[in-house]
Amino acid sequence: MSVDAILNVENFSKHFVLHEQDKVIPSSYNVNLKVYPGRLTALIGPTGAGKSTVLNGIYRTYLASSGRILYQTAAGHEIDLARANDHQILELRKTEIGFVTQFLHILPRQKTEDVVAQPLYQRGVSKEEGRARARETLAALNLPRRLWSLSPSTFSGGEKQRVNLARGLTSKPRLLLLDEPTASLDPLTTQRVVKQIQKLKKDNIAMLAIFHQMNLVEQLADEVVELSPPPAENGDGEKI
Amino acid sequence: MKKILEVESFSKVYGRGCPRCFEQTGAEQTNICPSCKSVVAAHDVSFSLHQGEILGIMGESGSGKSTVVKCLYFDEEPTGGRAVFYDNGHQHSLFDLNTAKQRHLKNHSFGMVYQNPHLGLNFDISAGGNIAERLLMSGNNHYEKIRSKARGLLSRTEVLPERMDEIPKTFSGGMQQRVQIAKALATDPPLLFLDEVTTGLDLSVQAAILDLILEIQQELNTAMIVVTHDLGVIRLLAGRTLVMKYGRVIESGLTDQILEDPQHTYTQRLVASAL
Repeated sequence: MSVDAILNVENFSKHFVLHEQDKVIPSSYNVNLKVYPGRLTALIGPTGAGKSTVLNGIYRTYLASSGRILYQTAAGHEIDLARANDHQILELRKTEIGFVTQFLHILPRQKTEDVVAQPLYQRGVSKEEGRARARETLAALNLPRRLWSLSPSTFSGGEKQRVNLARGLTSKPRLLLLDEPTASLDPLTTQRVVKQIQKLKKDNIAMLAIFHQMNLVEQLADEVVELSPPPAENGDGEKI
Repeated sequence: MKKILEVESFSKVYGRGCPRCFEQTGAEQTNICPSCKSVVAAHDVSFSLHQGEILGIMGESGSGKSTVVKCLYFDEEPTGGRAVFYDNGHQHSLFDLNTAKQRHLKNHSFGMVYQNPHLGLNFDISAGGNIAERLLMSGNNHYEKIRSKARGLLSRTEVLPERMDEIPKTFSGGMQQRVQIAKALATDPPLLFLDEVTTGLDLSVQAAILDLILEIQQELNTAMIVVTHDLGVIRLLAGRTLVMKYGRVIESGLTDQILEDPQHTYTQRLVASAL
């Protein structure tokens, strides 16, 4: 590989310590992976292998139990996301790292186009430009125009997912994490998403993704990392 | 991102206090000192706040969360600790200021929105008058300018300008909160304290108020400290959160991390019992 990785996850492990139940739930174990600019790394593995946990660990929604998450910033610094302070992480989320989760947390009154443009507003992009870029992505993802000025709170699952995706795609972060972005989409819309992801690659965006469907991995992945469930700890290692 | 506030080892004890107050109280124990019966409302609270950032302080009643903002807003006097407010190159050590300087900061640089509108508003004068009062205190005295600023603020917070001459008593709870927010914003303060501002309002009104707060934060880049026991409010508003119990900070971090991967037993229980 001639290009340097933008993200380098080394020996990442995560277990949840549940104090009340006096239990330790292992989730990801000893994960190693690299993500490159303009390329997509796909995480595969059975349910319970801790795929989403890795993404949450990189975004710092989860605190890593051990390991390093080395990220090369636009300014040329190396930051260990597992240990960086909260303000550093917030700044990176605002400017460089995006995450399309399976859930959409939004304010009930906000218009869809503003929800999508939100990350741009936070960076100081004007309302007009933000909305224009949001509409472009919403159109590309085939979300009906009549919905753009409504709040997504009453949308169907697939519609909400497209809003969430549009939000991640429009902001064009340097590193984009995608957690099953097509899980509730029909095949036609899924192909539109594929096109958008290919476009992002051309824009040199680095992506780490979990896909529900193997054919998407074949279509989109430049690197594939397979995870296996963590070995049992504390004798039982049971899942919730 | 520039720092606007730094709080170090803040503490507040109600009562005469004794040398054993701090060792005999805490998150795992109680906030009442067994020796002298003083209430340790807050102890060893430290945090920093950046410009335009929203920090949540979460905890149940009696956790000390409101005490922190009350002392920062000079409603109460702290027992110990330091708080530095950074203002355009000036540094103000909040707990060392005289009353005149405190009043100046309150009138110019800080805004406060209380859970109880009676604390934030003068119920004997009109909504517009409440805003005018704050503008007058901060040195504005041009009648027409004050009136048009008040009208602008009320329409910004979605209070009908036609009602600006009515007294707050005739307003609904949600409207009173909007007037409080308008009043707090009158001097474009870089720092706003919000103490349980949506508690007791019905859900649709809550949503509208939260939305308004976020819009304001984005438009004006106002830093805010949001005190609440409501996880939903924290999730929607705050980028970072402190969790308090019996006067101590037991956990702090990014809000989504606190809610999705809480570390402390108490926070885990709190999050698990929420909807």
